[in-house]
Amino acid sequence: MVLTTTEFDTIAAISTPVGQGGISIIRISGDDAIKVAKNLYRGKNLDKVETNTINYGHIIDPETQKTVDEVMLSVMRAPKTYTKEDIIEINCHGGIIATNKILQLALSYGARMAEPGEFTKRAFLNGRIDLSQSEAVMDLIEAKTDRSMKVALNQLDGNLSHLIKQLRQDILDVLAQVEVNIDYPEYDDVETMTSQLLLNKATQVKASVEQLLQTANQGKILRDGLATSIIGRPNVGKSSLLNHLIHEDKAIVTDVPGTTRDVLEEYVNVKGVPLKLIDTAGIRETDDTVEKIGVERSRKAIDMSDLVLLVLNSSEALTKEDLELIDLTKDKQRIIVLNKTDLPAKLDLAKVKQLTQSKNIISTSAIEADGLKQLEEVIAHMFFNEGIENSQNDVVVTNARHIGLLNQAKQALDEVISGLSAGLPVDLVQIDMTRCWELLGEITGDSYQDELLDQLFSQFCLGK
Amino acid sequence: MKSLQVSDVKQTYRAEDYDVVVVGAGHAGSEAALAAARMGNKTLLVTINLDMVAFMPCNPSIGGPAKGTVVREIDALGGEMGKNIDKTYVQMRMLNTGKGPAVQALRAQADKHAYHAEMKKTIEKEPNLTLRQGIVDSLIVEDGECKGVITNTGARYYAKAVVICAGTAARGKIIIGELMYASGPNNSQPAEKLSENLADLGFDLERFKTGTPPRVDGNTIDYAKTEEQPGDEHPNHFSYENSDDDYLAVKNQLSCWLTYTNKKTHEIIRENLDRAPMFTGVIEGVGPRYCPSIEDKIVRFADKDRHQLFLEPEGRNTDEWYVQGLSTSMPEEVQQDIVHSIAGLENAQMMRPGYAIEYDVVAPYQLKPSLETKVVKNLFTAGQTNGTSGYEEAAGQGIIAGINAGLRAQGKAPFVLKRDEAYIGVMIDDLVTKGTNEPYRLLTSRAEYRLLLRNDNADMRLTEKGHELGLISDERYNQFIQKRTMIEDELARLDNIRIKPSDEVNTFVEQFGDKPLKDGILASVFLRRPYVTYDILMQYIPASDVELPARVIEQIEIRTKYAGYIAKAEANVERMKKMEAKKIPENIDYDAIDGIATEAHQKLKKIMPETLAQASRISGVNPSDIAILSVYIKQGKIAKVTE
Repeated sequence: MVLTTTEFDTIAAISTPVGQGGISIIRISGDDAIKVAKNLYRGKNLDKVETNTINYGHIIDPETQKTVDEVMLSVMRAPKTYTKEDIIEINCHGGIIATNKILQLALSYGARMAEPGEFTKRAFLNGRIDLSQSEAVMDLIEAKTDRSMKVALNQLDGNLSHLIKQLRQDILDVLAQVEVNIDYPEYDDVETMTSQLLLNKATQVKASVEQLLQTANQGKILRDGLATSIIGRPNVGKSSLLNHLIHEDKAIVTDVPGTTRDVLEEYVNVKGVPLKLIDTAGIRETDDTVEKIGVERSRKAIDMSDLVLLVLNSSEALTKEDLELIDLTKDKQRIIVLNKTDLPAKLDLAKVKQLTQSKNIISTSAIEADGLKQLEEVIAHMFFNEGIENSQNDVVVTNARHIGLLNQAKQALDEVISGLSAGLPVDLVQIDMTRCWELLGEITGDSYQDELLDQLFSQFCLGK
Repeated sequence: MKSLQVSDVKQTYRAEDYDVVVVGAGHAGSEAALAAARMGNKTLLVTINLDMVAFMPCNPSIGGPAKGTVVREIDALGGEMGKNIDKTYVQMRMLNTGKGPAVQALRAQADKHAYHAEMKKTIEKEPNLTLRQGIVDSLIVEDGECKGVITNTGARYYAKAVVICAGTAARGKIIIGELMYASGPNNSQPAEKLSENLADLGFDLERFKTGTPPRVDGNTIDYAKTEEQPGDEHPNHFSYENSDDDYLAVKNQLSCWLTYTNKKTHEIIRENLDRAPMFTGVIEGVGPRYCPSIEDKIVRFADKDRHQLFLEPEGRNTDEWYVQGLSTSMPEEVQQDIVHSIAGLENAQMMRPGYAIEYDVVAPYQLKPSLETKVVKNLFTAGQTNGTSGYEEAAGQGIIAGINAGLRAQGKAPFVLKRDEAYIGVMIDDLVTKGTNEPYRLLTSRAEYRLLLRNDNADMRLTEKGHELGLISDERYNQFIQKRTMIEDELARLDNIRIKPSDEVNTFVEQFGDKPLKDGILASVFLRRPYVTYDILMQYIPASDVELPARVIEQIEIRTKYAGYIAKAEANVERMKKMEAKKIPENIDYDAIDGIATEAHQKLKKIMPETLAQASRISGVNPSDIAILSVYIKQGKIAKVTE
């Protein structure tokens, strides 16, 4: 049984208040802090940069190679840091989604979610904080760990917990079988766990974990909102669309743009899908800006979005700018909104279809609210395609720690699968299978070390 | 008729002084005494019956998964078990050959009598060691320190350290159906007084149970109805001092035979459950889950219509056969019916009935990792006394207890094996940290670093330590260094030679569905491919300057092919080592530490772990408890200790 020590793990957490702040900081501390960051960061070689430097670059999702955010990344090397360990701080653009995503990536690529007060605890343990503060720190550890444990357990949805337990039981059955084969090689009552059987099992478990991770994205959306930008060249009706979505007339809709509101994000609920509308200020800003800046701004908003609503004016022919925006959004989930359909159509619809290859082209007239209902339905369909809004009981993973653990479990399963494909024996590959089982156990808080032996002895009648 | 008059001695006398006294000459005691003596300590080995030195009261076999690795570990530390079984086996098999290198396991069937006789001879020949028959009734303890032992004949032996390996003799009680009597293993005399003395000294004792199957006359077995299980063709041996050339040809080995229980067997057992001590409440001791009696199996696994039974020879000069899998304490006549219901045993004559035996155990949380007791200084315990089961488990603890008793006698620091160094380390850490509520058996799944604790590399792990302790001769040590150098040199060489993409090599790899090589490839990388053996590799690169023995090549293959997994395991070990390095002061006062949860607080106080790592392995001690504890330890100034 693998025993896990947590004392020297590399830990990560969001260290700025989650919410409206313009910039969020994700802090990583520990021996592997730089290694973890290197997995996610594209920019300078972090092994070579000086200590106490701040470096421009991007965070990418190593699996999809997609950019998550543009960041400034600070490297602080031990021992002259807060925790006296290597520390990485990632300054990202904020917004809960990007921040959470970066944290989740850090958790999936080698860091563990820090416990409350853990950075401080390390600072203390490593002699960074004055001795007199020791009792206070301990109170902190005690109180917060206790509370966070309860909170974590309360957060744990009954269905999720049930599902994870089921998965763990499935894995345990397999592990017990492998162990019986090893420790009781002459015991003939139990089928030999062959590479093929283990491969099937690993693939099956992986599919379940991936399914959970998919709901994790939905869960994240449910909690944080789906980052959505409304893109389009000046005067195509973005503000009208925005106002409709917000269902309030606070935004000024006018043919003479120029009103600015200092709001970065607004939240709306569209058929159960919480949308976090990005850069609404930008939408409301004057459209008289130089074209280049407009595009630049759109580009940024697009980067931050999970969903893009690209608005085209159906009463005008496609412009160069429209084409540019179509191109910029081509890798995004997007809905093409043909606005101003109350005016005579001049737009070449066939060309738009051909250019965008999109199924989701909707005609609306913001003024007359035509088609807006259809737009809402398309949004809901795209993200709750299996009708999640009707099934309250679906398992949804929302907790960053859980998502991190699930991602690690998936990686462990990938290693099981690749090990078996490389022809390695079952009892070696089993190391990663056990790891997966332990990781899932960390989600539900089950890590009873003798579980496997109990399983062995209760399931099989063992002799020699 | 008047009952026999019995009486105890009226006075004791001062007998010879020793450095180390070992009580009990079973598998633990034999290793303990030999280790202590070989380290230069004047050692006494007292046992109840000299004709039962290293006796095998249960199945006549040594080794198997995890256990076989322990035998090799004992050998690498200079112990005797491996050599002794190599001298006396009647059959040898490597198990799990279809699996990875971490779990391959050597097992031998022993000639039970020869095994005992050889071990006794070795002990007799050991210069610093005296073997004597006697029953130890009590310990001489002054001011919490053990100073020696007193035997039932009144001899007081003073010693600097004492090792108790009492086995099932400790207030042993045999149970066969309604029959119960005080007895050690196989009707030997029990040690009835020592337990009381230990309890008086403040030890917490527990009661365990184990059992053994009936033995049958081999002349009355119908082997035709059973399935033969011969030994291996491929040569092998346990001790690193022996060579494959000494291997017995299969034709000179004895086979085992496989048969099964059946519905009729199960019916007989079910009909007689009202007479089964296991179920009538007669047996109080806790038995092992992994080695249940046949009646237990029938009850717990009611849906199975048969169970495997292995017929194993007890030796070359006897016709007694051991019926592996049929451990029972049913009444004798029921045992006979059970035996006769089995294919091949219809007419078998039962020579000895099976029995259950209950005995006293020192709850192992009272031990330090050195196997010294926390209750009485200079007192060590090993083997079944500590709650384990199995000859190998006993011997593994025996050698450690013997070494530490010897070191204590010499005023030196204790010797402890860690979980990443040996199965012996895993076992002792489990015992002293988690305790056990049933007879403890080693399983490969108990070892978190089992890939590092292989059967093939016990010498690499432990020979150096054995040599430092003075238990491995310079000659053997030099041979070991030579082997290690050959392995390292060759591994380095393979890391520096490239195989160029030739037609020859590409034809070869394409056979296995691999793409042809485009660029050169390191020999070591090439060797990682599942279909490439060292011999195949040598067809494409020049041979090593020195001719490499098969065991060296074996190491090169394993260390190359499984390098990725080995590295993973080593990384985990590194993490654990940091925690191991955090020592908890011996006189820490847990009552003075606030904030540790109640359960953890109780467990910590009871077990008194030596390191943070050990503390973290105690069930019921949570990470938050460890965090708080670590604060106290890290800051020496505020560590609260008792005066």
